[in-house]
Amino acid sequence: MNWIDIGHIDDVPLRGARQVKTKVGCLAVFRTAEDEVFAVTNACPHKGGPLSEGIVHGTSVTCPLHNTIFELSTGKSHGVDAYTIDTYPVRIDGDRILLNGDAIAQRSAA
Amino acid sequence: MQKLVVIGAGMASGRLLEQLIEADATAYDITLFNAEPRGNYNRIMLSPVLSGEKSYTEIVTHDDDWYAANKVTTRFGEKVISVDTARKVVVGENGDVPYDKLVFGTGSSAFIIPLPGHDLPGVVAFRDLEDTSAMTEAAARPGAKAVVIGGGLLGLEAAAALRLRGMEVTVLHIASHLMERQLDPAAGYLLKKDLERRGINVILEAQTKEIIGNGRAEQVNLGDGTELPCDIVCMAVGIRPAVKLAQDSGIACGRAIKVDAQMRTQTPDVYAVGECVEYDGNLFGLVAPLYDQAKVLAKTLLGQDDSFVMRELSTKLKVTGCDLFSAGDFADGEGREDIVFRDPARGVYKRLVIENDRLIGAVMYGDTADGNWFFGLIKDGTDIADMRETLIFGPSYQGGAQADPLSAVAVLPPEAEICGCNGVCKGDIVKAIEGGAADLGAIRATTKASASCGTCTGLVEQVLSVTLGDDFVLPTAQPICGCCDLTHEDVRRLIKTKELKSQEAVWQELGWKTRNGCHSCRPAVNFYLLADWPLDYKDDPQSRFVNERNHANIQKDGTYSVMPRMWGGMTTPQELIAIAQAAEKYGATVKVTGGMRIDLLGIQKEDLPAIWHDLNQAGMVSGHAYTKGLRTVKTCVGKDWCRFGTQDSTGLGIKLEKKLWASWTPHKVKLGVSGCPRNCAEATCKDIGVICVDSGYQLSVAGAAGMDVKETERLVDLTTEDEVIEWTSAFVQLYRENAKYLDRAYKWVAKVGLDWVKETLADPATRKALVERFDISQSVYQHDPWAERAVPSEAVKFQPMADLTQEAAE
Repeated sequence: MNWIDIGHIDDVPLRGARQVKTKVGCLAVFRTAEDEVFAVTNACPHKGGPLSEGIVHGTSVTCPLHNTIFELSTGKSHGVDAYTIDTYPVRIDGDRILLNGDAIAQRSAA
Repeated sequence: MQKLVVIGAGMASGRLLEQLIEADATAYDITLFNAEPRGNYNRIMLSPVLSGEKSYTEIVTHDDDWYAANKVTTRFGEKVISVDTARKVVVGENGDVPYDKLVFGTGSSAFIIPLPGHDLPGVVAFRDLEDTSAMTEAAARPGAKAVVIGGGLLGLEAAAALRLRGMEVTVLHIASHLMERQLDPAAGYLLKKDLERRGINVILEAQTKEIIGNGRAEQVNLGDGTELPCDIVCMAVGIRPAVKLAQDSGIACGRAIKVDAQMRTQTPDVYAVGECVEYDGNLFGLVAPLYDQAKVLAKTLLGQDDSFVMRELSTKLKVTGCDLFSAGDFADGEGREDIVFRDPARGVYKRLVIENDRLIGAVMYGDTADGNWFFGLIKDGTDIADMRETLIFGPSYQGGAQADPLSAVAVLPPEAEICGCNGVCKGDIVKAIEGGAADLGAIRATTKASASCGTCTGLVEQVLSVTLGDDFVLPTAQPICGCCDLTHEDVRRLIKTKELKSQEAVWQELGWKTRNGCHSCRPAVNFYLLADWPLDYKDDPQSRFVNERNHANIQKDGTYSVMPRMWGGMTTPQELIAIAQAAEKYGATVKVTGGMRIDLLGIQKEDLPAIWHDLNQAGMVSGHAYTKGLRTVKTCVGKDWCRFGTQDSTGLGIKLEKKLWASWTPHKVKLGVSGCPRNCAEATCKDIGVICVDSGYQLSVAGAAGMDVKETERLVDLTTEDEVIEWTSAFVQLYRENAKYLDRAYKWVAKVGLDWVKETLADPATRKALVERFDISQSVYQHDPWAERAVPSEAVKFQPMADLTQEAAE
């Protein structure tokens, strides 16, 4: 497995997110109140809203443009319009955040 | 199994197949011919396809899968050459099909006036998808012009749709008013005015002479010498039943195929349905009777009894914004009386025609909400003698008691639009309720009604109430959101009385059902905490909407707008140079705002700290154009310059802005200070407005100029600037401490009452205490958020945390 160190855990605010640029586009790396981390596509499939700028609550994020809510662990949206965003394996090692480079490479090859 | 052959896949035959298959899928082995290379689609929805509001796939009623699933053999794109009724065989281009029963659904074709040039390319009807495509193509050319011949229902829908596509459109109509079959002259006049307002040119009593052009239609010439250059001509003057095949096959025809009330022709085992039939001397063009015919024919084919009955018809024009309704007979005549209501300013016209105490006709323009109720009275032949005096005001004025909003909602037709933002009509909501949605939240989740701007929330609740009856209890207080059962007001009160000073305390003590709220309640709770406990609680950026977290307004493309503060609307050459340089450096679009400042649009998030730094260097700070907080103080030039000015309105505006800026409030706060009652600063539609007069200052509050427009209400008359600043600060603090999050000042004042606000602020001690608490809060929050984030340690947080685009792929 190709785990890439993308930064310190405190680089991402609690109940917040930061962007990571990759070959498959911009990802949003989230950190919940419980210090869980998630990585998903940054752009909301509805109108492209930057999910990294949304309000993080529980393990969900609300898109800042039109309030679509995504469950970060599955990438699935709540509500009438069902959207799904890509999720990427990410984990914490000590105080570092590691993103799985293989998953990104696979997605970019696909 | 008996063989059924249907010729023509239109709306009537489509409905017939549906009804037939639904009642007994095994009754017939069905073959469907259609000359158009496709199946059934909703022809009356061609207008929205033409205007681009819908796509073809959205108006298909039966697709290939449907035919396959229902075992209908389709022969699309194949013309029927003849029918041999003796041998009972339909002869198609690709071979014979024998039948036991035959249905003509050949519909109608557009009537083309045989003018010189009518056969040039570029002259189309508005009948099918090919016509629609031809018009769409013509509209794609910049500056393209269209001439629509015919000012009836179809012609006007075509004209409006082409106009929406950006074409220059002229409508030629032979009669002296538009839609003369459905409208009287007065309503026709209002319609013409509305269409002209949309940029559609209407020529009445037009004598079209010829269409000319080199190889295609290029110009329409009128009898009076008018020349109309054009790229396309749409002829929508009427339809003609398509009966040639029936005639050639020896089926009895008058103006169309003659049928009886069971839809039987005079030839055994041959039937007809739709626009190609003539019943009792009548032809049919609107969809409602066609559907009735389809239903009757389905029963006839299944050996059941049913009879077609002519019904009264009503008409609505499918042109967004042109609201008209007509039903029944409204020609003048002996023994007929009119009731007419006109409100020219609103463009409303209603006319009822009464004969023998019965309503026989109705024409309405501009306000058609009661149309279906009147239509009901016409159909039922109701005796209206008792309600004659108030009849024109509609159903809500009947029955003696005062107007009940519920009754108005109850009589709304299913297609009445309730939610304009999401295009949800009453029928959709009723369906959702029948499907189990029992409250506002459920309606929003299933239909999106009232989920956008929310102005229709009351209407949605009324639909709930009407549909559910006693099962629906109109909620007296809405809980803050799904996370908690308490109302905003309860949460505010408990935060104060239980001295809850952190988010965690609120979640625990007030029984939040979620871990840490949601995007709806958390910003509210964050505000309540910082407003009530400025020294104990710290504003939490992660509980702020993106704009307030990033201190700039996010735009639809993900870029931001940056707006420096201009105190009281005053600026200097140095500031303008700095703004110009920043705009150039960061590639901004520059816009002068309505709040007397300059907006720099299109800034990338990564560039925000840098542009803030540059603007800070020139002495400018954040304009907070993105916050629920003080926005601008709009001023006029005041007595320093203006010959009418009574006080230094600019100076007072700047003092107020310096006092209030950077404060967080429940919603945005805008001020205006006008130097005299001419009110050039438009102070009387702000949250707080000051009008300077010779004797001092008139302070008024609770105005609005947004979704609602409302004049401010006078709070107090004062004599000095210091008093104005004191009262204004006290009012803002009272608002901060008491209002529900996201209630503008006018909404809050409406809830608590202006009298209570006046009483509270009139007490000098209370006023002083409010100002003191405001000052304490400002001691924490009044600083420039841009400067704090322009320093390198903070600026880095506006960059992506990592860039993996250069990583080698394995």
